[in-house]
Parts: sequence; structure tokens; C-alpha cells
Amino acid sequence: MELKELISQKLQANFPEAEFEFSEYRNEFNVKFNKKFVNPICKFLKEDSELEFLLCEDMTAVDWAKRKNRFTVVYHIFSIKHSFRLVLKADVDESDCTIDTVSSVWKTSNWQERECYDMYGIKFNNHPDLRRIYMPEEFEYHPLRKDFPLLGIPGSLPLPKK
Amino acid sequence: MDRLTKDDVHPKILQKLLEDSDITIEDALENEMILNMGPQHPATHGVLRLLLRLDGETVIGCVPDVGYLHRGYEKMAENMSYYEYIPHTDRLDYISPLANNVAWVLAVEKLAGIEVPVRAQYIRMIVAELARIASHLVAIGSFAMDVGALTVFLWTLREREKIMDIWDILCGARFTNSYTRIGGVANDAQPEALALVKRFIDEIDANLSECESLLNTNRIFIERLDGVGVISKEDALSYGYTGPNLRASGVEFDLRRATPYLQYDKVDFRIPVFTEGDCLARYFVRADEVRESAKIVKQCLQLMQPGEIKANLPKSVLPQKTEIYSKMEELIHDFMIVNFGINPPVGEVYHAIEGSKGELGFYLVSKGEGHPWKCKIRSPSFIHIQSLPHLVKGHMVSDVVAIIGSIDPIMGEADK
Repeated sequence: MELKELISQKLQANFPEAEFEFSEYRNEFNVKFNKKFVNPICKFLKEDSELEFLLCEDMTAVDWAKRKNRFTVVYHIFSIKHSFRLVLKADVDESDCTIDTVSSVWKTSNWQERECYDMYGIKFNNHPDLRRIYMPEEFEYHPLRKDFPLLGIPGSLPLPKK
Repeated sequence: MDRLTKDDVHPKILQKLLEDSDITIEDALENEMILNMGPQHPATHGVLRLLLRLDGETVIGCVPDVGYLHRGYEKMAENMSYYEYIPHTDRLDYISPLANNVAWVLAVEKLAGIEVPVRAQYIRMIVAELARIASHLVAIGSFAMDVGALTVFLWTLREREKIMDIWDILCGARFTNSYTRIGGVANDAQPEALALVKRFIDEIDANLSECESLLNTNRIFIERLDGVGVISKEDALSYGYTGPNLRASGVEFDLRRATPYLQYDKVDFRIPVFTEGDCLARYFVRADEVRESAKIVKQCLQLMQPGEIKANLPKSVLPQKTEIYSKMEELIHDFMIVNFGINPPVGEVYHAIEGSKGELGFYLVSKGEGHPWKCKIRSPSFIHIQSLPHLVKGHMVSDVVAIIGSIDPIMGEADK
């Protein structure tokens, strides 16, 4: 059986309520699901002996500005066993700007989620250390949001006093 | 002799002594200290700051602090065209700028669906492997310098200088090259440049052995690194390690083999793997990879045939300068590409290459406009720095310097 079919069958059998949407673009297999299931799905994909997605390469968010579900959180995970990359997506709305952390599954997600929080203001539930990573602690904005101007906001980064 | 007690000291002097000291140490052996290391520390390879909690000289806790070089490259990418962004990729991992150029254009080409001529692919492979050699030479040299062997640094930089000279002839720039173009490379590889590449590749094995002979028989070097900063296979994978650092922990994973891009499936090379996972293994992997890269470049030189170096797609590939000045059609295309961009179709792709530090990936989202809607840089250094608290725990302060050198972070890339 082809790996893509295997993944979609296994996911649908184990998480019937996750509202899966499967798609493919430029040879990349995308799986979209309800954000409530992100932690169990990631845990399953990592620990299933036939799949073994041991490597979380990247995670980030996309700000769609005017869409109803404003953000999409995107994970790129890799199975060294099959040399296969899988893209996981979950929509996050601005009114409830939170999603569960997966740093308990892959340790690398810890900083990636901190970066995502810093840049987009998406809060990760149960994250062990959710602090800003690039910007100063007292910075109020989230710079990669589309409503943050390219030139910055005057006075948002106070200079040290003389 | 009886010890002096408080009562023996004159009350006035005792008063002065108590006023003078505002630190009271009850038990010197139980005392912990916070040491701030960086951001201006020569051994941190840039502006990396570490907060170390020390017990005597042993590190019991570490909190890395990054962001001192944050320039907002992801935000900038959203506001400039795909062509304009090529020079900015040079400034990410500034030790191997050409590998970043290659990674960026490959991601854009995947997004836009552009096929690149074979000769251009071979040229890209050659420059990417040369960038890897340059990066590993700097990594080995500065690593040795961090643990006290200064001569190696001078010798490896001498070799790197030859690569810079090759880039100078090939791209017209020594350091920030911006050599690749969407759909090909800026100009064809000149015979003089290829002759220099060949000479360099023929000599690198002997020259590297010379550098290694200073280290491999150096007892101080070996004993300072053996068994220091060990990370297991499982932890390395969980921390998202890629590249030489992962292969030093015993995982045979290389994106050139796992997801072949360019013409890497046509060349024969070995993936060096060590199982110890300590600083010494990470050094050995890098030294071996230099030799494997030289092997790849050698094969590329043999397999390369004369031919086109740019795809024939006037709507998305910049024409040559001479054609712009002499032909109307090319002038119009040049104007459109420069002013409005190449407008890839709506979609999102992630493309990663085996950069010199690890997996270097670009995630691009297009809305069909001339500039990307979103660009995410997956930088290996950022991921590797995250594991520092795990690596340095229980080691001495002087080992921290060695461990930072062994994972080879570049802050330009980690801070974006």
C-alpha cells in the first residue's frame, strides 16, 4: 500500500472526530485537522511503528490577515524510515488564539513554539517555558502579523535612558 | 594555636568589617553562582548569550538567550520580490553563503515549477559543496582555536582562502556571492575557475591531513573532547538535530541521499557516521565530510557537459544583460520581472537542502503575487543551540566553549 494511503487510513481510523482534509501539492502530502487533536495526532505519528515520524523539521504559522480562521499552524515532520515528509496543518482563530503544545512529543518544538508565539502571538497550552525568543520581554506586538508595519512602530522599542 | 574569635577583635574594627562586606557566605561549598557568558564572547561564534548556573566550576544549569542579531528577515521577505531576496540569503549563514543561495532558489523553483538545465544544476552542486568545505574548515579551525590549538585555525583558513579565490573568479565576489538565479546561475563557470576548483580538490586531501595531524595526535585536544557533550541518538532526533551533528550521534541521515535534489542521485559518496555523539565525533564527521564533498565536486567536474545555464522561461527567468541592451522582447521581460516579480501560482511548498550546518529549509507561501505571502527559514543553528542546556549540564565552564564550537552555530542564521 502506498504510504500516503496508509497514513490517511490510520489517522482516520484512530481519530474519527478530527475532521481530516487531505491534499497534495507539488508532491507534498498535506493533512489538515481540528486543532484540538494536535497533540495526540503528533504523538501517534511519532510512536506508530509503521510510520515513525521521529524528526520534527519545522513548525510555524501563517497569518491569512482577513480570513475567518486567521492563522494556520504548520508542522513539517519527517520519517527517516520512509524518507517521507508530511505537512500537518491546523487552523487557529484569533478569538481563541491557542493551540496545544507538541513539545512533549518532540523536544525541538519547544523553541519553535516560542518563536511562533513571539512572532504571531499564538499561545501554546501546557508549554513548559512560553517566553519571547527574539524580541525583548517588554515588547508588546507580534512582528510577523500582517497588521504590524514593515518599518516598525515608533517608540515600541525604548532606547536605554542616559 | 587558638583561633581568634569575634570577641578578640576590637569592636570598632569589627563594626567596620561588617559594614564593608554585604555578601555573607555561610558554607562556601554549597554556594551557587550565575555566570553571564556573552553576547560579546569570542568563543560563542557571534552574539550568543548563555546564562550559566555554576556550582564551583561545574555547570548545573544553562539558559541560552538568542536574538541579538535578529534582523527580521522573514518579515522583509514578505515585502520584496523573490529575486530581491537572493542577496539577503547570503547574510543568513555567512560562512557558506552559496549554500543558502542554492536553498532559496530551489525553494522558489519548486513553488513556481521551474526546471533548471543540467549544467546549471552541476554548477550549483559544485558551489554548494565548496561552501560546505569552506564552512567545515572554519568550523574545525575555530573549534580547535576554542580549545587552545591556534595553529590549526591559521592553516584551515589558508585553505578556505583558496575557495574564496575560486568564488572571486566564479561569481565576482568573495564573500556575499548572490551567485544563483531563479532558473539557473548568474553566469557560466569559466574554464579558469573550473581549473582552480580542480587544483583545489586535488590538494585538499593532503592539506586537510596536514591540519588533522596537528589535532589527531594532540593529547590535550583529544582528552578535552572525548566524552564531552554527549547526546544520544534518541535525544539528537528529538532535539531536531540534522547534518553533521546528527550523524555524529549515529543516525545515517543525509538529505542529499534521503530526498535527492539537483543531481545528487547521479554521484557516488559516503555518509560519514560516528556513534559516540560527543565533541570528538562531531569533529571527525566534519573532517570526513570535507573529503566526501571533494569527491562529489570531482565527479561533478567529470559529469558536467557544456550547455545552457538558465531555463528558457522568459516570464520568470531574468535574461542576460547583453540581450536586454540589444533586444526589445528581453527588455520588456526584464522590466516586468524586476518591477512586478515572477508571480508563482497560489500554493505553499517547503524545500530543504543539506546545508553545511544541517537541514536548511525554506517554507514559502504564495498568493500569486510578486512577493511571498510568507517565508519561514528553517535554520539548523537555531535548532542546535536549543540543545545546549542538555549538552553542557555537568561539565566544566571550559568545556562549554568546546561544546559550542563542536555544534558549530552561526548566529546570523540562528537569529534570522
